[in-house]
Amino acid sequence: MTRTNDYDDIPGTYVYDSERGRMGYALNMFCMSLNKADNRKAFKANEAAYLDRYKLTAEQRRAVLERDWLGMLKVGGNIYYTIKIAFCDGLTFQDVAGMMSGVSKEAYAQMMLAGGRSPEGNRYKATADAAEKK
Amino acid sequence: MMAKIVAGIACSHVPAIGVAMDKGQTATPYWEPLFKGYQAAREWLAASAPDVAIVVYNDHASAFSLEIIPTFLIGVADKFPIADEGFGPRPVPEVEGHPRLAWHLAESLILDEFDMTIANEMPVDHGLTVPLSITCGQPSAWPFKVIPLCVNVVQYPPPTGARCFKLGRAIAKAVRAYQEDLRVVIYGTGGMSHQLQGERAGLINRPFDTAFLDKLTKDPMSLTTISHTEYMREAGSEGVEMVMWHVMRGALDDDAAEVYRHYHVPASNTAAALMILENRSAA
Repeated sequence: MTRTNDYDDIPGTYVYDSERGRMGYALNMFCMSLNKADNRKAFKANEAAYLDRYKLTAEQRRAVLERDWLGMLKVGGNIYYTIKIAFCDGLTFQDVAGMMSGVSKEAYAQMMLAGGRSPEGNRYKATADAAEKK
Repeated sequence: MMAKIVAGIACSHVPAIGVAMDKGQTATPYWEPLFKGYQAAREWLAASAPDVAIVVYNDHASAFSLEIIPTFLIGVADKFPIADEGFGPRPVPEVEGHPRLAWHLAESLILDEFDMTIANEMPVDHGLTVPLSITCGQPSAWPFKVIPLCVNVVQYPPPTGARCFKLGRAIAKAVRAYQEDLRVVIYGTGGMSHQLQGERAGLINRPFDTAFLDKLTKDPMSLTTISHTEYMREAGSEGVEMVMWHVMRGALDDDAAEVYRHYHVPASNTAAALMILENRSAA
């Protein structure tokens, strides 16, 4: 049984709810470990070996190793946790936001300077799809 | 003798704002328009000279992980170290608590049916330190004691806006009952519209934010019925942080007056606001 929620129709949004909380616990707790400088060092020295300490699924492991930021959200990653991997890489929140939204760093920065992504056409999945089809 | 809440401060807590201050970049063309709007608030706060600040904020996987997720938590320690959030602790002064008032609040709130988690030890992250930096600048020690009050907004669902407002009411009642002459300010942090995740990252809704700021002073009850889904749809998934502003507003008098407002887009991915509301009874 899949539960439906009234926020499911918000496009491009991965609400960290109970379902994702169950799915993503180990992945996010790995990310939490990166709050410690020694752990960041160990992770950077040998990422695959470091990940062996955590019970990640094959897909979670792949997403981390390939820095598939959107992929991590889809398998239960929470952005406040997965961003810690980005910090290890010297990236910022804005760098990662650009990558998740599928545009270049420059294009994303420009969009933000111009006032950000408009809610118009971005409130409902159906509308977002319709706008894309045009 | 009694403590009184003199003002509320609504303040976004974007980490990049802290980084810009810590790295001395506030005068760059990107940051200057944002920081220019902070000066008047700093002067106002310095003149107001509060003894204690209750800072309502959310921890971002710093003090608390997913291991234990407190919905409402109050810090009763005498000191709160600065958290390492994954890139080293911010170079800002350690935060000094006010254990006696904090414990009084904890007791009063729990007996008033708000089931607070009590923290005797916890580091504080940008959610708390960035609003202090924004409103106090870069002093060698923070000019007042701080009581951290954390609200979960990371694991869905956060507490409702209405519940947060009522918590604010209970905080005001507890502060009034505290037998010491103390000037207290309360910060509501986070927001405004922003989305940090997914293909929809970067969402900003200026009309929503403007209406929210307008109503926060004169018609705050109407804002307490905004659902989480409406926040997420209209103001971005992380815009739901605005529930924390209701704790601040609930702690103020009904007729509190807006004395300062600053709003700027963008601060990294976020619409950043700073607003001061003053209790007329305290003026």
